[in-house]
Amino acid sequence: MDIADTAQHEGPPSFAQAATLEFRNVSKRYPGNREPAIEDLSFEVPAGEVCVLVGPSGCGKTTAMRLVNRLIALTGGDILLGGQSVLDRRPDDLRKEIGYVIQQIGLFPHLTIADNIATVPRLLGWDKQRMTERTDELLRLIGMDPEEMRNRYPAQLSGGQRQRVGVARALAADPPLMLMDEPFGAIDPISRERLQDEFLRLQAAVRKTIVFVTHDIDEAIKMGDRIAILREGGRLAQFATPAELLAHPADDFVAQFVGADRALKRLALSTLADLKLIAPNGTPANGERVALRTNVRDALSLLLAAGGRPLTVVDDGERVAGLVTIDLIGGVLAEAASPPDRRAAH
Amino acid sequence: MTVVIPNFSSGGGGSCESENHLFCVDWVRRNWSGVLEPALGQHVVLTLIAVGIGFVLALGMALAAYRLSWLERPLGIGTAILYTIPSLALFEILAPFFGPTRTTAEIALVGYTLLILFRNILTGLREVPPEVRDTARGMGMTARQSLFRVELPLALPAIMAGLRIATVTVISLATVAAYICNQGLGAPIFTAINENVFKTELICAGGLAIMLAIVADIILVGVQRLLTPWARTR
Repeated sequence: MDIADTAQHEGPPSFAQAATLEFRNVSKRYPGNREPAIEDLSFEVPAGEVCVLVGPSGCGKTTAMRLVNRLIALTGGDILLGGQSVLDRRPDDLRKEIGYVIQQIGLFPHLTIADNIATVPRLLGWDKQRMTERTDELLRLIGMDPEEMRNRYPAQLSGGQRQRVGVARALAADPPLMLMDEPFGAIDPISRERLQDEFLRLQAAVRKTIVFVTHDIDEAIKMGDRIAILREGGRLAQFATPAELLAHPADDFVAQFVGADRALKRLALSTLADLKLIAPNGTPANGERVALRTNVRDALSLLLAAGGRPLTVVDDGERVAGLVTIDLIGGVLAEAASPPDRRAAH
Repeated sequence: MTVVIPNFSSGGGGSCESENHLFCVDWVRRNWSGVLEPALGQHVVLTLIAVGIGFVLALGMALAAYRLSWLERPLGIGTAILYTIPSLALFEILAPFFGPTRTTAEIALVGYTLLILFRNILTGLREVPPEVRDTARGMGMTARQSLFRVELPLALPAIMAGLRIATVTVISLATVAAYICNQGLGAPIFTAINENVFKTELICAGGLAIMLAIVADIILVGVQRLLTPWARTR
């Protein structure tokens, strides 16, 4: 995927490229149920950030997401998109402005890939040429050849291809907000990893505000700029960046949910380039080398494999950048300050 | 309606007809344009009207039951009852109101299409995958847009299957309709039965009804393939 030529200049001028999303004391009660599905949920997602809603099944994360585009009606509080209450909008108009991707993808089996992608533009009344141009642009953005793919039907695609087309379809009208409900949940682990990486590169280019629902804490840490951990009854357990969450879980529930290996997960958020490496002249190296862009968790694993002896860190030009030791990594974890966020650092 | 009485005694038809052999080509030649062709035409019209009206009614009922699920039971039971009434009995029930007319025949024929078409259309709509319905609404389609752009097109294979069964059923039942309105391919069949079972006419009219059913089915399969190009790619 070539990111350089994928910056978006098109889309209806009325849509901002990304918009702030705010949950303000949101609650949802179903009639006849004593317990609320969502209770007093408040948080704010800055424009252009990925907010992951994560939690055990039944915690209301999908419900919370569907309140945003009013597929479920909220019963208390308010949700503001770009400062405007979603309740002030006609649901059909609101939804055309919000990209929507679900686990089962839900491509229309009777429409070609091009027509699937052009769904919202067609509803918005774009002219044919603009739709064709946009469809081709999006197909290239997701790494597909427009000539080859545009006239195929969803049944002719692999699971991973369908998933990409689902994302392209959600991006078609350049919406300021995307809702994604376990978008990679039905994909095999290897493809999922690739699609996640691809999606992060895509997001770096399009910079949408994204609400991403998952039950997988590792996916949440990987994908999220911010993570909202929900517990049963739709209550917010913690809202924080991945680094903060791993360094300072708010309570036992969060600590248990992020896992006993949260220290290791924290290490995975930074690379050796983020560490203050030991100057190479003092300590003798044992000759084993490790790349500067290796994440700290993998570096620790290599250190352990090397019997705890220091490793020589080299940059892409094979120049020695310094040494890394187990003590150095231990020191990083011991620091009160959380390690720098990998994405925030760039 | 021309009632053709084969003249067994006269020499005009030859011994084939007077001796009621299995199939007399001469009789067919003489009676094609006067008897068989008009009967075939009437049969096609009987069928088109019955299936056309039946489809519109069944579509309306299915859409209503799709939106308001409590309607499904009464509509299902009502159409099932209509379907189970023996055709001759139904003609007799309707005859006092509408006389021995094509209207009587059509009302009965429409009645037999309703169960098949209603069930198939409703099943087709219900089988639209929930995630497809969900994304249609989630991307901002109104209920009407979702119905016409997504749900009905996806129900097409089931709807077309229903149309095929209904059409073939009506073509077969419409032969009985001649009992009440003396139209269609049933008319020469009844005539043949009344004339000591004149075999040539019976075979011709019956055979035409069968061929009509086959041709109609082939045409509907072709229409379905044209309308559902996505179904061919699996």
